[in-house]
Amino acid sequence: MAKTIIEFKDIVKRYGETEVLKGINFQIEQGKFYTLLGPSGCGKTTILRIIAGFTDASEGDVMFDGKRINNVPANKRKVNTVFQDYALFPHMNVFDNVAFPLTLRKVSKKDIRTRVLDALKMVQLSGYEDREINEISGGQQQRVAIARAIVNEPDVLLLDEPLSALDMKLRKEMQYELRALQQRLGITFIFVTHDQEEALAMSDEIFVMNAGQVLQTGSPVDIYDEPINHFVADFIGESNIVRGHMVADYLVSFAGHEFKCVDAGMRPNEPVEVVIRPEDLDITTVAKGSLTMTVDTQLFRGVFFEITGHDDTGNSWRIRSIHRTEVGAQVGVFFDPEDIHVMRFNESEEDFDARLETYEGEESDR
Amino acid sequence: MKQGKLFYYIPYGLWIALFVIAPVVLIVYQSFFNIAGHFTLSNYATYFHSGVYLKMTFNSVWYAFLITAITLLISYPTAYLLNQLKHKQLWLLLIILPTWINLLLKTYAFIGLLSRSGSVDSFLTFIGIGPKQLLFTDASFLFVATYIEIPFMILPIYNAIAELSPSYVNASRDLGASGWQTFSRVIFPLTLDGVKSGVQSVFIPSLSLFMITRLIGGNRVITLGTAIEQHFLVTQNWGMGSTIGVILIVAMVITMLLTGERKKKGRTRHAK
Repeated sequence: MAKTIIEFKDIVKRYGETEVLKGINFQIEQGKFYTLLGPSGCGKTTILRIIAGFTDASEGDVMFDGKRINNVPANKRKVNTVFQDYALFPHMNVFDNVAFPLTLRKVSKKDIRTRVLDALKMVQLSGYEDREINEISGGQQQRVAIARAIVNEPDVLLLDEPLSALDMKLRKEMQYELRALQQRLGITFIFVTHDQEEALAMSDEIFVMNAGQVLQTGSPVDIYDEPINHFVADFIGESNIVRGHMVADYLVSFAGHEFKCVDAGMRPNEPVEVVIRPEDLDITTVAKGSLTMTVDTQLFRGVFFEITGHDDTGNSWRIRSIHRTEVGAQVGVFFDPEDIHVMRFNESEEDFDARLETYEGEESDR
Repeated sequence: MKQGKLFYYIPYGLWIALFVIAPVVLIVYQSFFNIAGHFTLSNYATYFHSGVYLKMTFNSVWYAFLITAITLLISYPTAYLLNQLKHKQLWLLLIILPTWINLLLKTYAFIGLLSRSGSVDSFLTFIGIGPKQLLFTDASFLFVATYIEIPFMILPIYNAIAELSPSYVNASRDLGASGWQTFSRVIFPLTLDGVKSGVQSVFIPSLSLFMITRLIGGNRVITLGTAIEQHFLVTQNWGMGSTIGVILIVAMVITMLLTGERKKKGRTRHAK
């Protein structure tokens, strides 16, 4: 297990009466790509600002490399930030911007030049050093901001929604590049975003946040396949979420039928929510289907058709299918037991993990 | 359409013609005539050859420089502080407020305060220091001039600092700059335009201050402003007065050029 570099212990942040962070606990390991994911106003940027030292935690300890750093000013922390608006100094050119952190310390002119050119090469901006900031495009400014943040060789790089100002194509490209850069540098990246696709594509670990709390921590696959609750399931990707109840272990009832599933550890007849991802549902004939659905809409999305419909008990379903159907038609909806994910109401992350432990170990087919 | 547009130029055009171009042309024209009404270059010759006028010019520039420097030293920290305060607009208004009062009135108020039997002298006597000669000293002249000019310096600097995005400061701190380094490397350079316009609006008027030199400075400090006033109203030597006027205009243009926005290719600067 890698070394823990940053740790939050019961961090609370208040602005007047409002609690922005409600007791945050987490550990960040060295050399991994972390993403804080959540809707705007969930407190993710506040966490970043506390790590960087731009704002103080109202309560709790911020640990860096085993030491409490609550009172260490921002300029003394081995953490650098890529700002959402890049914050490149408009009175300096590209070279001077990247050289800025080095010129603050006693680094020789020659070393500065080598390191700046290296950093610019790292972000594929060789040859741009004499440009003025407003002469380069948004994507290039983004790269300069990254070069400026890594030239100092920080232990942790914080990125505050750095891709949000870029267009779709450039954003996708930068996702690859950031991931590659992180692996090449081997330093910890903490990336803040509200874009779940970005989070899934780049991260080793995702912290899903809402309303000042971390709801779930895990790898992108874990969080996508086994969301802890309605919010996470809905926020990460598209989901069909219907209400049902647990009949027994590995048997869940919803939409008027009982289905085999792979979840266990609930009380008998406990009310639950059932998640099935749209891409796990297949359209078939009524006879072969697990459920029968009436098609309401069908949209052609290029790679697939997005079909919505409703079953006999009034649940609506969203399906991604490569086969087309007809609006108004009665079709069968087919899914496997593995496609069903059952969520309990108000389960904490610890209980959730503990429950998964109890039965996932004994199952050999998972 | 075209005519409609032309219509809007009329007030501006009239203004420029009557109050800018005409006076400048007249001053330049006048400066080539001596007191007897003959065309001559002697006014300029006198200006450059007589030590009196050059000394006066030096005095004007020197005092204007002192006033500007003191004003800047007070205004920059003040403007910076104002931006950190909660009700900054209110505090700013309190500083701007005195500029709405007539300059002459304020000057007379200072005569009352600083004169022999004035409140300041009484206070000094009361605490055992005074009485002292306060009025008609260089110090009182600088004090009052600075007082009058301060709002004109604070306002542009305040605006420049208010426009400065806090993320620049955060970025600088984040990259390892101390408080002082952040100020000298980021905040000050990025608010320099505000300082420049402040310097312009203080230095240039200070060159031709004559009322304060007379009423507060007691004519101990003779500036170009005083000289112009004397030539036009007392000696009636309009030619020489105009010559000094031309010199002042040239000085203003030089100041504008020195403090003006440096044109660097493709660089946009924040608006003032």
